[in-house]
Amino acid sequence: MEDLIFNLFIFVLASFVGFELISKVPPTLHTPLMSGANAISGITIIGALIIAGGSESVYAQWIGFTAIVFATINVVGGFMVTDRMLEMFKKKEDKE
Amino acid sequence: MSQFLPEFLQAYVPNTIQIFYLIATAFFILGIKRLNSPATARSGNQLASFGMLLGVVVTLFDREIVSFEFIIAGVVLGALIGAVAAKKVQMTAMPEMVAIFNGFGGGASALVAWGEFSRLDSGLFESYALVTIGLSILIGSITFTGSFIAFGKLKGFINGGRIALPGQNLINLFLTIVALFLIGWFTVDPEYQIVFWSLFGLALLIGVFTVLPIGGADMPVVISLLNSYSGIAASMAGFVVGNNLLIISGALVGAAGLILTNIMCQAMNRKLLDVLFAAFGGEGVSTAGLDDDDKTVQKTFADDVAIQCSYAKKVVIVPGYGLAVAQAQHALKEVAGLLEGKGVEIKYGIHPVAGRMPGHMNVLLAEADVPYDQLYDMDEINPQFASTDVVLIIGANDVVNPAAQNSPGSPIYGMPILNVHEAKRTIVFKRSLSYGYAGIDNALFYSDTNQMFFGDAKKSLQELTGAIKDLN
Repeated sequence: MEDLIFNLFIFVLASFVGFELISKVPPTLHTPLMSGANAISGITIIGALIIAGGSESVYAQWIGFTAIVFATINVVGGFMVTDRMLEMFKKKEDKE
Repeated sequence: MSQFLPEFLQAYVPNTIQIFYLIATAFFILGIKRLNSPATARSGNQLASFGMLLGVVVTLFDREIVSFEFIIAGVVLGALIGAVAAKKVQMTAMPEMVAIFNGFGGGASALVAWGEFSRLDSGLFESYALVTIGLSILIGSITFTGSFIAFGKLKGFINGGRIALPGQNLINLFLTIVALFLIGWFTVDPEYQIVFWSLFGLALLIGVFTVLPIGGADMPVVISLLNSYSGIAASMAGFVVGNNLLIISGALVGAAGLILTNIMCQAMNRKLLDVLFAAFGGEGVSTAGLDDDDKTVQKTFADDVAIQCSYAKKVVIVPGYGLAVAQAQHALKEVAGLLEGKGVEIKYGIHPVAGRMPGHMNVLLAEADVPYDQLYDMDEINPQFASTDVVLIIGANDVVNPAAQNSPGSPIYGMPILNVHEAKRTIVFKRSLSYGYAGIDNALFYSDTNQMFFGDAKKSLQELTGAIKDLN
């Protein structure tokens, strides 16, 4: 139960940080912000690694394997596509 | 991998992992912060991806990880699919891509909870841990199927409009209550397989039912809401496996997604609950305030538009979803470039919910090399329309409909719009007089100062390019 309370503290505080972080983002960046944040939500890959690499049961390892595939698609695809978008955002002066 | 380390170092591994997790968290926070400004956004994204790499690499040293076959195979396969998809996707298809990546993220979180539950003896879990497993599976699965339905709708595999059973809202409410009840049951009786599987199946179904009725112009709200869900799902998975990095990063993304969702709702003057539970249009909305007698439109053609624009001092371009459908962003940029060469001042006026994803138009125009300092938000551009000679409206409809300001009976009444009707001349590029997503007629089309340039946006813009060149 202590774990739960501690984790709840972290969860709530991190949520407030998240609210503060993106209060004034310009509309130009809404899409990259969303897809970048989306890639970060692929962090669940870390949980997947522990399950796929554990030794308890092969059944669980297969679930972990699928989770890794899903999460990696999210992470790699998300960061790369965000980078591709952001590469295109230029100011006028930069191009001359 | 900790077994490969010398013995005297092994004792330090667990704490070292935690410290690196803390560093990764800092990278995520700084990364998101830097995504707030166009000048630093790219480095922000790179910072966040580096944080992710750090997190993954140090996790491999976790003592619980003893075999690597599944890990290597999974990472290689996932990275390959993700990389190819990210490289190949067209900028016009970005909303679908974000939706599907998001779905995979949510699905992964549900799988992590399932995997954790199935690898350990269920007697080992305390009841609060079982609650978090249940919530992870619920939110992760909703994100998974919801995102795939959104993908199908955006791609056109599924009808983009409202698809709903009679009483869909009540059904959804009922199913959600049942799902919460199942989580409760699962918590007291985790051994009972059928409860677990019912919960899983029901959660997948709720995802389908939630997104299926939502369509068209409400998509930006749904996509950012699902993005928020995937963050919360990751955070719940963090509770399940007891990992702070997951809890924090998931909460960051969840909160950020909620803010973005709220921004989208404000831009449409709609409440989130209305978007989720009451799609507008499709229910025989009256076109009150529009007199059928004066429904005459002025048609125009490329040569005429070319002359009007070339002799204008200031032209504002208003893009909408039609621009993305016609993939006309490059053709548009060419027209704008020619006009700029003639000394015409060009600005782009972007409505916050133009397109199918927050910031959709900005991405498309960026792809066509339009500098972002030519793009103006609604609040910045609205005072300028009165001094604008020509407004080119390309594939936008509801966001320029004056009914939002002057006919209180209209379903879009109160939605902030771009005040294009204040300009001296508006020219609408559109295939036909068909209604927009809101399913209502647009008085702008019949206004004295408006002309219609009928046709596919890309073809029309190419004709316009030719016509402007011929003027020389």
